Amino acid sequence: MTLWKKHELFFRPGKKIIGKWQHHRYTIKRKLGSGAVGTVFLCHIGGREVALKISKHVSSIMTEVNVLKSLKKVQEHRLGPSLMDVDDFVIKDGTTYTFYVMEYIKGDHLRSFIRNHGTEWIGVFMLQLLDDLEKLHQRGWVLGDLKIENLIVENNPPKLRWIDVGGTTRIGRSIKEYTEIYDRGYWGLGSRKAEPSYDLFALVIVFLSVFHEKQLTKGRDAKTTLLKKLVETKALNLYEPILKKALLGQYPSSSLMKQDMLALLYHIQQRRRINTNKALWPFVLESLGISVIAGGLYLASIYFVP
Amino acid sequence: MMEMGTLKQILLITDGCSNQGEDPVAVAALAYEQGLTVNVIGILDDTESRETSSLKEVEGIAASGGGMSQIVYKEALPETVQMVTKQAMTQTLQGFVNSELRQILGSKQTMEDLPPKERGEIMEVVEELGETCDLEVLVLIDTSASMTNKLPMVKESLLDLSISLNARIGKNRFAMYTFPGKKKAIERIFNWSPKLEDVSTVFPKLTSGGVTPTGPALREAIYQFGKKRLLRGIRSNDFMEEA
Repeated sequence: MTLWKKHELFFRPGKKIIGKWQHHRYTIKRKLGSGAVGTVFLCHIGGREVALKISKHVSSIMTEVNVLKSLKKVQEHRLGPSLMDVDDFVIKDGTTYTFYVMEYIKGDHLRSFIRNHGTEWIGVFMLQLLDDLEKLHQRGWVLGDLKIENLIVENNPPKLRWIDVGGTTRIGRSIKEYTEIYDRGYWGLGSRKAEPSYDLFALVIVFLSVFHEKQLTKGRDAKTTLLKKLVETKALNLYEPILKKALLGQYPSSSLMKQDMLALLYHIQQRRRINTNKALWPFVLESLGISVIAGGLYLASIYFVP
Repeated sequence: MMEMGTLKQILLITDGCSNQGEDPVAVAALAYEQGLTVNVIGILDDTESRETSSLKEVEGIAASGGGMSQIVYKEALPETVQMVTKQAMTQTLQGFVNSELRQILGSKQTMEDLPPKERGEIMEVVEELGETCDLEVLVLIDTSASMTNKLPMVKESLLDLSISLNARIGKNRFAMYTFPGKKKAIERIFNWSPKLEDVSTVFPKLTSGGVTPTGPALREAIYQFGKKRLLRGIRSNDFMEEA
């Protein structure tokens, strides 16, 4: 970490990151973010924008590359960003950094998207996430570090994408990377073993965090606090029974949660249709009234024919 | 495949510079020579900044002990403790793997010298080992006077560490010592057990006060590891206790 500080000037906008093995040259545009493992830069190469993650820790970078590679195999259905390059960058003083290059996913943050486009998108995004998680779980992986910061809504059509898959862990192992408030272990609601239900718990926290920008805190009794937060979040009331089950680890697979979610959304749609029909009533009554009067006049006109 | 022994770590949690006895940096080097890894977590006071902190020593101890160090405010302890422990495991295992590679490939070949394409598989081996190897952690807690208000967070972070490590496939064993001890350099407050979550029962009984003899405490911790190995030699059914 101190090394990074010392080398900061090599990673300013306009500087080049040059691969030792492949010799590709990436020009830094700006920093996108930095995490436990490394720093991500927006770079361009040959007029194309890419995201480049670089770190001193070869092992962490290679672990993430392994994950991206195995996700690539399922990318007729895209899970996570696609991997484009892996290389080393040796700076002037001889220090070696390792980096990988991936597709740059552009879009809105989940929170601002829902704020601007309405809460009806919640159900859609939940289903999209469940869909992707189902695919990932079927391949034997768990996403692990699922959090709001790792999600981007791509536009046209709006699609929720994962931009960081660094926490992805083989099912049955211990979760590689996580963030406290998204971690069921932190809340005392389960282990840190990579199981599909681990991701489903984090999924609920993602949607809770859409409405609670301030950090969720444990309080005296973590479980009670969390369930209370869920009830208090009006925008999620529709989905509460399902989300509660997910928080309590009662869905062993994403498919089961998806089934419930689909059934619920179908049900809501039906209800909305009936409601819209109800909304038609005044008009129907009015037109009925008008036709009755008109009919009466018509009959009267026949009756009174001299 | 490779025969893996047990990874042995000392996890030192402190909030200040040592002020009594030998240089802890030298003792940590000794620990490293004996196959132990020393990780150090330095806790900052709320008013203290990272730059002016008295915790400079922390990095030195970890560096010579072949481990990781991190200086944090007490709120960040849980996340940090589990991360440092796991990263140090990876680092140690990668060291093993690198030395194996050198034997196979000769000269100075390490993973870093291989082209990126060939590193992936090696990393998978390291990860596999990290998940399945056995791990022993001796937690060494500074309970000098200034630590009093930090102990509740230390407890939290050890509980959190147990959640992380219990999710592994490999076996874990923990022991906890505090320093300064009443008569000795360190005081055993939790004997070797696979259940770190049980330490919460001993925390209310902890008393704090006194000076910070980090060096002597580390030396004593190394001895406790050695003693345990001896004992295990005598009682080969040691692991049966867990059943």
